[in-house]
Amino acid sequence: MIYLRLFWEYFKIGLFSIGGGLATLPFLQDLCKKTDWFTTKDLSNLIAISECTPGPLGVNMATYTGNITAGISGSIIATLGLVAPSIIIIIIIAHFLNSFKDSKIVQNVLYGLRPASSALIAVAMCSVATVALLHLNLFNETNNILSIFDVKGIILAILLFIGVKKIKAHPVVYIAIAAVCGIIFNF
Amino acid sequence: MKLLLNLFTSFARIGGLTFGGGYAMLPMLQRELVEDKHWVTEEELMDYYAIGQCTPGVIAINTATFVGYKMAGILGGIFATIGVVFPSWIIITIIAMFVQHFAEYAAVQHALAGITVCVFVLILDAVIKLGKKSLKDKCSILIFLLVFCISLFTNISSAYLIIFSGILGVIICTIKTKIAKNTLEKQKEDIR
Repeated sequence: MIYLRLFWEYFKIGLFSIGGGLATLPFLQDLCKKTDWFTTKDLSNLIAISECTPGPLGVNMATYTGNITAGISGSIIATLGLVAPSIIIIIIIAHFLNSFKDSKIVQNVLYGLRPASSALIAVAMCSVATVALLHLNLFNETNNILSIFDVKGIILAILLFIGVKKIKAHPVVYIAIAAVCGIIFNF
Repeated sequence: MKLLLNLFTSFARIGGLTFGGGYAMLPMLQRELVEDKHWVTEEELMDYYAIGQCTPGVIAINTATFVGYKMAGILGGIFATIGVVFPSWIIITIIAMFVQHFAEYAAVQHALAGITVCVFVLILDAVIKLGKKSLKDKCSILIFLLVFCISLFTNISSAYLIIFSGILGVIICTIKTKIAKNTLEKQKEDIR
């Protein structure tokens, strides 16, 4: 019974959250109030864990609550519940997209979507940049315009960018280097 | 069967290396799917990303389903999607069972701060590549700037922005074809 409940609750979250991983957050907060599966503290812990492990928040949360309520099989059921709506809806859309790919109107819609998609990714990049390269709270304390920049972060970013452009190794290489630099130089 | 396993392992690799949400996945997808495997083109990837924004579900999962379906039908979609969530599932299961205070370790936080810098650089590189492909004329640059500013300075959901740009694309293309037709007719008249 708990399995069905887990599947159904996460199925609804998968169905109604639109966009990136954080879009699942308000739904998870509702679920937290409605059930005794996890506490608000669990939720904030999981957000922190999601930030330092790979994978979207929704998936991590489904795995976590599934695990504490019904063990490993619970975590599988909850995760499957979360991804099931995407699989169904995207397969239907992909099917139609394949059939109508050459239609004029689909082409025109895609003409508008492509630059918009790039723009949204650029905005996401800006928000990552404020976290990675700036010290906004330090600036608020000292009001010194120079203290806003995270010098270590900016130097690392420049070196990594040169590396990405010149060497073209797999992205994981740069992630590993950055993680090691973070630990050595106390980021 | 080999293709299905291939889809699973590729997406498991991508899922396991994506720190910081769906957008951070883009550099991995470009590398793995466009440059190494040649499964999709840069433009297709962008279409999937755009559609993934205004349909239910997390972008990472939607993109995996799209690529999997394109390569190997419904089963392909399912395998790729399960692949992309598999590493998170393993990691969180371990954390839930053994290390409750994982995120509070100093070393984890320093490593994460370093990784965030790297994620920024990788997304920057991805945006430059996408920009070269998607900003081909004045109208597409206009749409880019419009969506960029609206998204940066307001709280309007990106789902609405994507739908709005789709409509804008249709309007712009209709006007363009009309203008082209008119000039063509004018030229014809001039010849007469």
